[in-house]
Amino acid sequence: MATLRVELVAADQAVWTGEAKMVIAKTVEGEIGLLPGHEPMLAILGAGEVRITLEDGNVIKANAEDGFLSVENNVVTVVARNAALV
Amino acid sequence: MGAQLRVYRQKIKSAQTTKKITRAMELISASRIYKAQQRVAASTPYSRAVTRAVSAVATFSNVDHPLTTEPARIDRAAVVIFTSDRGLAGAFSSNVLKEADQLANLLKEQGKEVVYYLVGRKAVAYFGFRRREAVRSWIGGTDLPQFATAKEIADAVVGSFNTDYADGGVDEIHLVSNRFVSMIAQVPEVVRLLPLEVVEGTEAPEAGEVYPLYEFEPDVNKVLDALLPVYIESRIFNAMLQSAASEHAARQKAMKSATDNAEKLIKNYTRLSNSARQSEITQQISEIVGGADALSTTGDED
Repeated sequence: MATLRVELVAADQAVWTGEAKMVIAKTVEGEIGLLPGHEPMLAILGAGEVRITLEDGNVIKANAEDGFLSVENNVVTVVARNAALV
Repeated sequence: MGAQLRVYRQKIKSAQTTKKITRAMELISASRIYKAQQRVAASTPYSRAVTRAVSAVATFSNVDHPLTTEPARIDRAAVVIFTSDRGLAGAFSSNVLKEADQLANLLKEQGKEVVYYLVGRKAVAYFGFRRREAVRSWIGGTDLPQFATAKEIADAVVGSFNTDYADGGVDEIHLVSNRFVSMIAQVPEVVRLLPLEVVEGTEAPEAGEVYPLYEFEPDVNKVLDALLPVYIESRIFNAMLQSAASEHAARQKAMKSATDNAEKLIKNYTRLSNSARQSEITQQISEIVGGADALSTTGDED
């Protein structure tokens, strides 16, 4: 099965990168779940948690605020001024 | 000890003290360049992602955003100058200031009024000495830039860009800063920040690359509204990081040559003091010999 390549970057560092099965993030419109094969998208992030489900089922949680989220060709980039793993 | 010899000894001692200081500064800078470079590298994913997103939006929407539209008339231009807080870094700050003055002259020739935003104590001192006005200045922390400062600068310049000319706003914003090329080369560089030209990002997309058709959430204008300030912040932050890395590199180079010069001085003065000592000894011997000679001659006559 295809996986998502996730990049979580803050202004001064790359917080986390890796492969994942699913990403759940909060945009200004509400929570959004991203699976492999999602259509290209650019969304503004709302303050909240980003949950990244890895292939083995483990979940990585991070706080991200003040930024945006882009999806294209199974690459998810979460860009936030402030981001940190929980 | 003769007067001559004492003077040389003093000079040697003074050069040695200077050498100790410059050597220490050289080593400190050398270790900080590495950290500064790492910080530049660490911020690259962010600026790359932001640039990519902005390019994507710009390609797929024909929206007219105030930050991207060229104003009909440019009456006032802002110049943001990035220098260092501390000196002893060779021509680091003066190069940037020279470049900024050239740019200001060029803008004035085009009939534009020029206002300044200054970053770093050196720029503030330069302007203060010449009694030139600056709109705002930021001092402290140029060798370890914080993102919060970049955000503050970005807010200030974007705010003034969004203000009308009549209310003291500007129509154009330029950044002047040192770009880190290598350990031995740092070039002062002028970049026009606003109105935006998204093409000159740190990593422009390759020519053949086609952006996918994006879905925007909530809508394209809101995304652009949110994205552009972020892009500007990241450009300013990048300029600050580059400038910090360049500052350390310039200081290391300057201090290396200062140390070398001190060594040369010490060597020369040591030679001189050796020959002074030798001639003093020679003189003493000849005085003794001459004295003894004179005594023995007088003794003969008795």
